[in-house]
Amino acid sequence: MPSFHSSENKKKEYFKATVYVRLKDGVLDPQGSTIKRALGNMGYKGIEEVRSGRVFEITMNSNNKEETEKLLDEICKKLLANPVIEKYNFEIR
Amino acid sequence: MKFGVIIFPGSNCDYDAYRAVKDVLKEEVEFLWHQDTSLNDCDCVILPGGFSYGDYLRTGAIARFSPIMQRVVRFAQEGGLVLGICNGFQILLESGLLPGAMLRNQSLRFVCKYVYIRTDGVDTPYTNLCKKHQVLKIPVAHSDGNYFISEQGLRELKDNNQVVFRYCDPSGRMDPAYNPNGALDNIAGICNKQGNVLGMMPHPERASEDILGSDDGKYIFRSIVNFLKKEKGI
Repeated sequence: MPSFHSSENKKKEYFKATVYVRLKDGVLDPQGSTIKRALGNMGYKGIEEVRSGRVFEITMNSNNKEETEKLLDEICKKLLANPVIEKYNFEIR
Repeated sequence: MKFGVIIFPGSNCDYDAYRAVKDVLKEEVEFLWHQDTSLNDCDCVILPGGFSYGDYLRTGAIARFSPIMQRVVRFAQEGGLVLGICNGFQILLESGLLPGAMLRNQSLRFVCKYVYIRTDGVDTPYTNLCKKHQVLKIPVAHSDGNYFISEQGLRELKDNNQVVFRYCDPSGRMDPAYNPNGALDNIAGICNKQGNVLGMMPHPERASEDILGSDDGKYIFRSIVNFLKKEKGI
């Protein structure tokens, strides 16, 4: 009798990832510099630099942590970050 | 000869481009839908201005993955003419058909006004009717037109004569005061190495009739027709 319970039945795990996308060092950040100026105007002293960025929280299921990392890396490269101007990193829980 | 204007969700200069081709150039034109996978034998494809997919994530980042863009990339690689205007330029950058990327305008403001651009590249299908350094008066309307590319990339652009338009003063002099967005090296428009793909921030379709304040945009559209007739025999 054929088995209907093959590999699909293998339990997948849920992962929560936080992805950070930021402008590369040296790339002009007009929003960051405007925020820095505003903080100066508000009286905050000692603000040397402000760099803006984006945060994504992604919930996904996959077979294991290595697979999750591989997929996230691909997603970041293809869509979430523009490698010309941005860098990214992520944490997985 | 047939032009195609792609409509993405959020395009808003699609009808302007359509009108410029149909009523000013008097050439055949049709709309192409972002979900289509065929270009219906168009000889030149225009990616119009607007806010495709609400500019979510980054300008052009989502539109780049729409079904028709896979076909546009192939068409461009085969030598087909692809003109990206404003948001269309941003989509071409995201899709990798043109090098570099757009940052927010230095002023952080949406800039909507007439600017002057100097035609630095005249050996392209889009500028063959322009004189070297001819100044065109064409409006811009964007928040993200601050062109950026690495030093190495900029050198390659210059070495290959890929910088087609630069922001300038009315006499053609390059001046930071006449750069509306902070773009590197006053870059307003570039083409790919082969010259068949052009991206530009100013809107030639909004300056194609006298009544609009300038008809300098016609140089660009007429150059395309001239190229297709002479070089491709269409």
